[in-house]
Amino acid sequence: MKILVCISNVPDTTTKINFTPDNKSLVTQGVQFIINPYDEMALTRALELTEAGGGTVTVINVGDVSTEPTIRKALAIGATDAIRVNAVPRDAFFVAKQIAEIAKKNNYDLILAGRESIDYNGSQVPAMIGELLGIPSVSICKSLKAEGNTVTIEREIEGGKEILSCDLPVIAGASEGIAEPRIPNMRGIMSARTKPLTVIEPIEVPQHSQVINYDKPKPRGQVNLIPADNVDKLVELLHTEAKVI
Amino acid sequence: MSVLVYAENSGGKFKKSSFEAISYGNEIARMSGSDLKVISIGDVSPDELKKPGNYGAKKILNAAADNLKSFTNQAYAAVIAEAAKAEDAKVIVLSASFSGKGLAPRIAIKLEAGLADGAVSLPDVTNGFKVRKTAFSGKAFADVTLTSERKIITLIPNSYKVVEDIKQPEMADFNPPIADADFKMVIKETIRASDKISLPDAELVVSGGRGLKGPENWGMVEELAGLLGAATACSKPVSDANWRPHSEHVGQTGISISPNLYVAIGISGAIQHLAGVSSSKNIVVINKDPEAPFFKAADYGIVGDAFEVIPKLIEAIKKFKSAHA
Repeated sequence: MKILVCISNVPDTTTKINFTPDNKSLVTQGVQFIINPYDEMALTRALELTEAGGGTVTVINVGDVSTEPTIRKALAIGATDAIRVNAVPRDAFFVAKQIAEIAKKNNYDLILAGRESIDYNGSQVPAMIGELLGIPSVSICKSLKAEGNTVTIEREIEGGKEILSCDLPVIAGASEGIAEPRIPNMRGIMSARTKPLTVIEPIEVPQHSQVINYDKPKPRGQVNLIPADNVDKLVELLHTEAKVI
Repeated sequence: MSVLVYAENSGGKFKKSSFEAISYGNEIARMSGSDLKVISIGDVSPDELKKPGNYGAKKILNAAADNLKSFTNQAYAAVIAEAAKAEDAKVIVLSASFSGKGLAPRIAIKLEAGLADGAVSLPDVTNGFKVRKTAFSGKAFADVTLTSERKIITLIPNSYKVVEDIKQPEMADFNPPIADADFKMVIKETIRASDKISLPDAELVVSGGRGLKGPENWGMVEELAGLLGAATACSKPVSDANWRPHSEHVGQTGISISPNLYVAIGISGAIQHLAGVSSSKNIVVINKDPEAPFFKAADYGIVGDAFEVIPKLIEAIKKFKSAHA
């Protein structure tokens, strides 16, 4: 199977987020960047599928040269080769157009991404690529099995799940449960240095959206500590003050 | 010109998050001096179908063709895009539900529309069209401007109140042609735990962490949740250890929720967990460690052993309920 995995370069989950004084961009100094955790699950599932049935796993990232350590990490985990579209991503539509453009030329059987990136939380890219390529998409996929040309996918729904089936090609957004991320071994890290990483210039894309400002949630007031032997007080406050019961 | 809202149903009933999206769309229609139209897809009874009229809908489109009875992402996206064209909708609103998140990007491509996903409040239309959404998994907000002619918004469940606005809506069947290629994905089976409240939609949530020591101790969490009419949730270490299913994991790499009440039991409050729950309107933290970081992000706290506090809390709520019955 010929698989494409879309990866995003995001701040580590433990990062305390801060913005520049104009509130227009993230302060990246001192921030550790990682493969978006959901994308890493997608990558692992892709590797499991090719290990079982043969094939290749190409990772693709839309980003400037600063994302290359993250791409190399994906190669160290086991991807066959990598593509970097040399552009700072503007919005999800921009990223989806770049990836769809490359996917059109390469006839991938399966395209995987994460269900969302943990920075912009858009959940937009996989379904946009699906629409641009005219193939089915599943946005939040907890399990993906392939048998011949058919895939069976578990999709998360409110209060349950759906079991879906379709023929390849398809694109899916990986969610927890699809695979456990792997730690690259020394051989993987060594071989990642020499695996092919192709840099491609972006195509022009009209802009439909733009982030113009970031800010952080207002801190909560002082916590109201209630003695452990007076839970009635908590119930009373939830009724009279918070008005939630 | 109009505002179009997709009213998602679950088993033939419109979801609460759909009424939130309808009320949200109604306010945008009012602000922009246009009409609110609602589209329903699938099998919904005639009585249920009229309900959006109680929240401002002037026209309700019903796409109930046989092949639309079960959810098919591509086909539903095609129907909504066609409805937007037919009704000259400039703003299209969907709930940021699991299905809505899969539909909106496809509709955006079809309509060449900008998409603001995960909105938490009404758009600001004083100068352009600006939407506030969550970013960095709840650690921040981003203001996004949409510059396309048509605009699509997905609304986070529990972030906008349902507001009554009684209208006498026009009812119309809607049967646009849909390509066979849009039905490639088929549902083999739908598994729904009917007795449980769905976590992303829940107004009240009771959540447990590693402090509960093992899956066998979840009985009291479920009892408390059951009494409150709350959904159950958990922290990442708990779902990683398979004490609870992944679908209950709230936090940065699980789901983000915005309930009216979040009760965290035995959860220390790692930054990744706080990210996913920080937009909860009220947070109660119960933890035996007075230094647990979660107390700094809580409205109410009890320092104490969950195994002593929770049974007492269950009794107190039973007492409260019988007094207020």
